[in-house]
Amino acid sequence: MSLSVPAAAADPFADKPSVLEVDGLVKHFPITQGIVFQRKVGAVKAVDGVSFNLREGETLGIVGESGCGKSTLAKLLMRLEEPDAGSVKFRGEDFLSVKGDELRRLRRKIQIIFQDPYTSLNPRMSVGDIIAEPFKLHPEEKPKQGIRNRVKELLDLVGLNPEHINRYPHQFSGGQRQRIGIARGLALNPDVIICDEPVSALDVSVQAQVMNLLDDLQKEFGLSYIFIAHDLSVVRHISDRVGVMYLGKLAELGTQDEIYSGPAHPYTQALLSAVPLPDPTLRGAREQIVLQGDPPNPANPPSGCRFRTRCWKATEICATQEPELISRGQITQLSACHHAEQNEKVIPAHG
Amino acid sequence: MTESQTSTGLTPGTRPGDAPLLEVKDLQVEFRTKAGVAKAINGLNFTLHAGETLAILGESGSGKSVTAQTIMGILDMPPGKIAGGEIRYRGEDLLSMPEESRRRLRGVKIAMIFQDALSSLNPVLPVGWQIAEMFRVHRGLKRKEAKVKAVEMMQRVGIPGAEERAGDFPHQFSGGMRQRIMIAMAIALDPDVLIADEPTTALDVTVQAQVMRLLKDLQTEFNMGLILITHDLGVVADVADKIAVMYSGRVMEAADVYEIYGKPGHPYTQGLLNSIPRIDDEGGRLRAISGLPPSLTDMPPGCPFNPRCEFATDRCRTERPELRPVADGHLSACHYAEDVYAGTATRTRRPSPTGAGMIDVSEEAPQ
Repeated sequence: MSLSVPAAAADPFADKPSVLEVDGLVKHFPITQGIVFQRKVGAVKAVDGVSFNLREGETLGIVGESGCGKSTLAKLLMRLEEPDAGSVKFRGEDFLSVKGDELRRLRRKIQIIFQDPYTSLNPRMSVGDIIAEPFKLHPEEKPKQGIRNRVKELLDLVGLNPEHINRYPHQFSGGQRQRIGIARGLALNPDVIICDEPVSALDVSVQAQVMNLLDDLQKEFGLSYIFIAHDLSVVRHISDRVGVMYLGKLAELGTQDEIYSGPAHPYTQALLSAVPLPDPTLRGAREQIVLQGDPPNPANPPSGCRFRTRCWKATEICATQEPELISRGQITQLSACHHAEQNEKVIPAHG
Repeated sequence: MTESQTSTGLTPGTRPGDAPLLEVKDLQVEFRTKAGVAKAINGLNFTLHAGETLAILGESGSGKSVTAQTIMGILDMPPGKIAGGEIRYRGEDLLSMPEESRRRLRGVKIAMIFQDALSSLNPVLPVGWQIAEMFRVHRGLKRKEAKVKAVEMMQRVGIPGAEERAGDFPHQFSGGMRQRIMIAMAIALDPDVLIADEPTTALDVTVQAQVMRLLKDLQTEFNMGLILITHDLGVVADVADKIAVMYSGRVMEAADVYEIYGKPGHPYTQGLLNSIPRIDDEGGRLRAISGLPPSLTDMPPGCPFNPRCEFATDRCRTERPELRPVADGHLSACHYAEDVYAGTATRTRRPSPTGAGMIDVSEEAPQ
C-alpha cells in the first residue's frame, strides 16, 4: 500500500524524513472458551490494518472513541504487544524483527507517556529513582554529568523543583506527576514519544500547562509525537496531522486543517459535530449529527464498511465492499468512505 | 426584584413571584482528615427554579460533588460534617427535618444521576427490577405493575427492546445505555429537582451528545430543575441557563451563561476560558493558568486563587473577597471584579515559561 501524501497546500513536514513508517499493522486478541482445553472461538480485531507515517518533528494525533484500538496501537508501536501482521519501520530499520541489543538500542528512541499518572509511577520509588531508571536499564546511555545531575536537569526542564528529587509520587498532584512521567520519557533522548491520553486525567487548568510543556519540548528537542486522545479539541490543538480511528481502522487521515475544516468521512463529521463548543451564543447555530446507537462489537465488525451500521449515507456498496483509505476526487486528505464528501459546516469558524 | 436580593439569591432573570424550588444558603461542609479540617464547601449560596438548569462548574477538589451529596443527603458523616447553612426545598429546610421525612423526598422529589453508571447500579440485579424498585418502595405498587412501569421508563429513555432487556444485568449494557438506565431510575417518580453529577464524563463524545439531548428533553417534559455538575466548559455552554463557578469550596463567580462566557468577571473564570483548547480554533500556545489549586487543609490567606492569579495584589493575599454584584445578576468574588469585568485590570504577574509558577511583572525590565 502506498503512503504518498497528496500535495496539500502547506505541509511544513513534506520534505522531512519519516521517523516511523507503519504499514498494515494488525492485532487480533483471541477469544477463548473452555477451562482446560481452550478453544479459540473468535478474535477481537483491536487493530485491523493501520498504515501511516510519522515525520521528523511532527505530531500525529490519533482520535477515536473507546474500543477503537488506539491504545492497542500505542502498545504495538512500543512492542509491548507483538502484532499479528504488518510492519513498523524506525528510520528505515525494521523495528518488529530486531532482537537483543539492537532492539534495546531502538527502544531508547521510542518512549511512551501514559494516561494515568497515578498508576504509571511506582509509589515505592522516589522521583529521582523513577527518572533514573531508564539509565539503569540502558547503562550505555549513562549521562556524562552523572545520573543525579541529569535527573535534576530533567526535573527543571519539565517545570518541577530539582530539590524535590527525593520526594515520592504521592507528594505530587496529578499534573506534577504527569510532568514526572514526561521527564522519564525524555531521559534517553528519544526521537519519538507516544503520548497515550496524556492530559485526559488532568483538570482543565493543568491540562493546558502540560500541553504547552509538550509543545515546548518538541520544539527544543525536535521530537516527533504520536498523540493518542479521545478529546478532539486537544488533538486539534497539538497535532499537525490527524488520523481518525473507528473499530481498529483509520477512517480518515489528513492534516489538522483538512480534518477539522472539511471532514470527508461521515464518522469524522458526526464526531466533530458532537463536540460541544464553549460558547453559548453558538447554541443551535451548528449542524449537529447525533449518531444512533453504540459502536459495534470489535469481535464481530459489520461487513464492508465498519461504520455503515451507524451511517446515514450507507448504501448497498457499503455492505459489500470495504472502502480503502485513499484520496478521493477533489478531497486532499485520505478517507475510507465510498460516499466521502467534504462538509465545512460541522465546525463554524471561530471569530 | 432589588439588587440585594439578586446578590444573595444568585438568580439572574428570575420571574418575580416564582418561589424557588431549591434554595441553598451559606452552606458549609467540612471533612475531618489527618492533616486537619478540610473545608470542602465554604459558604455556598444558590437558588434553583422549576425548568431551570444551573451548572456548577469546577475542577477536582472544588467541592462540586460534595455539594450534590449534601443536597441529596448522602454525604458520608463522619468524616463529613455540615458545619452550617440551610438547604430549603420548597421552603422547608432539609438539614433540620427528621431523617424519615427526608427519606420521603430523597429519590422522589430530589433525584440524582451519578458519573459512573456501572458502579452505581447493582451488578447482581436485573435493571428492570432496579427501576421497578422505585415504584414498589415509594409508591407501593405490586411487582407486576411496577415491572410494567419500569419497562415504560426504559422505553422513555430510549432503550431499544425495553421489554426483553428489562431482565438483563447492568454489565450487559454499553456505557451509554447504562447511563440511560440510571436516568430512567432517577426520573421514575417524576422528581422536581434532578442533580446530575458529571453525567457524561465517562462517555464517548457521540454518546455524550445523545445522553445530554435526552436529559434536556426530559427536563422540558417534566419541568424539572436541573443541577448539572461538571468540569466540561463545552457541555455547560450547550445546556446551562446559569452557572456557578466553584474553586476551593467557594463560588468564585455566578451569572447567566451568556455573561460568564461573554464577559467573565473573575480572573479564575477568565483563566479557565483561556486555557481550554477550542475545536473551532487551531490557536497557538494555550494560555494556561499557572500553578495548582491549593490544598483544602492548607488554604492561602485572602483569596484562594491569589497564588495563581495574574492580577493579585497585597490586598488579595490578606483580605478574602466576598461574592458581590459586578453587573445586574452577575456576582464575582474578586476585589477587582469591576476591572476584570471591564477588561481593564492591571496585570501584576505572568506565568513562568514552564507554567509551574508566577513571575512578577514589576521585576522584569519593561519591553
